[in-house]
Amino acid sequence: MDLLAHLPALQVVVPLIGAPICALLTAPRLSQAFAVLVSLVTFAISLILLNQVLADGVIVYGMGGWQAPWGIVYVVDPLSALLLCLISGMAAIVMPAVRLGIGAETTERSRRLFLSLALLALTGMLGIVITGDAFNLYVFLEISSLSSYALVATGTDRRAVAAAFNYLVQGTIGATFILIGIGLLYMMTGTLNMADLGERIGDLRDTAPVQAALAFILIGAAVKAALFPTHAWMPNAYTYAPSMVSAFFGATATKVGAYIMIRFIFTVFGAEWVFGTMMVGWILVPLGIAAAFVGSLVAIWQTDLKRMLAYSSVAQVGYISAAIGLGNHDGLIAAIVHVFNHGLMKGALFMVMACVILRLGRADISSFRGLGRRMPVTMACFVVAGLSMIGVPLTVGFVSKWYLVLGAIEAGMWPVAVLVLMSSLLAIVYIWRVVEVAYFAPPPDAARVREAPALLLVPTLMLTVLCVAFGIATDTTVGVASYAIGFLVGEP
Amino acid sequence: MSEAITFVMAHANTWAATALICIGLWVVMVRGNLFKKVIGLNIFQTGVFLFYISMGYIRGGTAPIVVDRPDAVYANPLPHVLILTAIVVSVATTSLALALIVRIRESYGTTEEDDVNASDEP
Repeated sequence: MDLLAHLPALQVVVPLIGAPICALLTAPRLSQAFAVLVSLVTFAISLILLNQVLADGVIVYGMGGWQAPWGIVYVVDPLSALLLCLISGMAAIVMPAVRLGIGAETTERSRRLFLSLALLALTGMLGIVITGDAFNLYVFLEISSLSSYALVATGTDRRAVAAAFNYLVQGTIGATFILIGIGLLYMMTGTLNMADLGERIGDLRDTAPVQAALAFILIGAAVKAALFPTHAWMPNAYTYAPSMVSAFFGATATKVGAYIMIRFIFTVFGAEWVFGTMMVGWILVPLGIAAAFVGSLVAIWQTDLKRMLAYSSVAQVGYISAAIGLGNHDGLIAAIVHVFNHGLMKGALFMVMACVILRLGRADISSFRGLGRRMPVTMACFVVAGLSMIGVPLTVGFVSKWYLVLGAIEAGMWPVAVLVLMSSLLAIVYIWRVVEVAYFAPPPDAARVREAPALLLVPTLMLTVLCVAFGIATDTTVGVASYAIGFLVGEP
Repeated sequence: MSEAITFVMAHANTWAATALICIGLWVVMVRGNLFKKVIGLNIFQTGVFLFYISMGYIRGGTAPIVVDRPDAVYANPLPHVLILTAIVVSVATTSLALALIVRIRESYGTTEEDDVNASDEP
C-alpha cells in the first residue's frame, strides 16, 4: 500500500534507474529483455495512475516529502495521466521490437547504448508531463532532448548526424527560450510551482515581463512541437533516424511540445488572458492551418516515405495547435484527443516503415511496388493507419477532426472548419499514392520479399488495432479529455 | 540625457544579458562553420545565465549563510542554484554537439555547413 503512494515518483525513477543498468548489461539479449521489463513496469504504473486520477481526482506528490510551493511536486491530473499512458504505452509497444528493428539501420557501435538512450528519453518525456514545477520541466525537457539528439545520430546514413546537429542547435534554442520565459516568471512571482504561479500571476499579467514570458515559452514550445514555421529540424531528423526512433518520437516528442503549450496557457497564464487579451488564438490558428497545408502539400511530393510521414506530422501538429488556438471547449478536446490519436497513427505508420526497411533496406515509393501482395499484413496496417490520418469515420483521426470542426464552428470561425476539411483532402492524395503503388503496380521481379517478422509485425498491428478501437470507443479518450479540461480551466 | 544613462545603468546586467543573447543567436544563424555555431549557442546560453544570476542578486547582499550581523542582506540563492543546473545542461549540450561535429568531419571531411549540405545534393 505504501508503494502505491509513491507511484508518481516511481513513474520517472524506474526508467531513470533502468537506463544506466541497461548500459551495464553487455549481453544484447539481456539488455533488450531488461528494457522491455522496465517499459512494461512504467506502462503499468501509468495505467494505475490514470485509474487513480479518474477515480479520486488530482494526485499531488511532494518529492522527498517537501510540499509545494517549497519543494518540487509531481502533479498527476487527467491530462498528464493520459499523456503518461500514451508515452509509456508507446514505449512498451515499441521496445520489444527495438533490437530487431534497428539491426538494419544503426551502426554496430551505437547499438550498445541505444536502449539506455531510449529509456532516458522516456524518462525525460514522462518527467515533463508529470512535474508540477516549471524549472523541473525544463530539466526533463533537456534530458529527453539530449538523448533524442543522440538517438537520431545513430542512423547509418551520414545525413543522420547532420540532421542530429541541426536538431540539437534548434532544439537547444527552443529549450533555452522556455528557460528565459520561466526566469521572467520567477522574477515576477517568486515561485516556480505551476499551480502557485497560476495564482500569483493575477495582476501581474499587464506587466511586460509576464507578456514576454508568454511569448518566450510559446515560441520555445512551438519549436519542440515542430509547429510551422519552426519545424525545420523535424523532416531530416525523422527521415534519417532509425525507423524505431521515428516511430517513438513521431508519436511522442512533438506531443510533449503541445503539452507544454497547453499546460502553460491553461494552468499558468490562464486561458482567458491568453486568448482574450493577448489574442494568441490569432497566431496559433493561422499558423496551424498554414502548417496543415504546407505540410500536406510538401508530403505529396516526397519520394522518401519516411520524409513524407515527417511532413505529414508537420500538418498534424498544425491541427493540434489550431485546435488549441480556438480556445473553446470542443477545440481543447480536439487538441488533447488529437495529441493521443496522432501518437497512435504516426507510431503505426513509422512501424510500417521499420518493417519495410527491414525487408527491403529502403522506404522510397518505388520500393513499395507490389508490396500489397508480398507484405499483406504490413500494408493493411499502412492502409488503416493512413485512413486514420485522412480522418475517415471509425478511425481515431475522424474523432479529432470532428471535434476540431465543431470547435471551429463554435468559435464562429467557419472558414477554419472548411480549411481543415480541405487539407484533409490533401492527406488522401499522399496516402493514396502509396496505396496505389503497393496494390496496383506490378511487383518487381527481384527476389521474393517475405512478410515482416512477428516481433515487428505484432507492435505494428497493435497500434493499428488501437487506431480503430479508439475510433469506435470514442467515449474513453473524449471522456478523459473533457474530464481533463475540467481541471485545466479550474471547474471540475 | 542623464536620466537615460541612469536607466541604462540601473539595468546594466539585463542589457548585457540581452546583448549576449542577441549576439549568440546572430552567430548561430549567420555563421556557416559548425564550431562557430556551437560557440554562438554558448554565448546565447551565457546571456541567459547572466540574466538568472543578476535576478537573484541584491546590491550589497551576501551569500545566504547566517552571519552575526543583524543588518545582513542576503542574495536569493534559488536562481543561482537553478542556473547551476542549466550550466550543467549547457556543458552536456556543447559536448554532444562537439561529438557530432567530430562525426560530421569524419564522414563529410568538412565542418562548413554549406559544404555539408552541398555534398548531399543528388
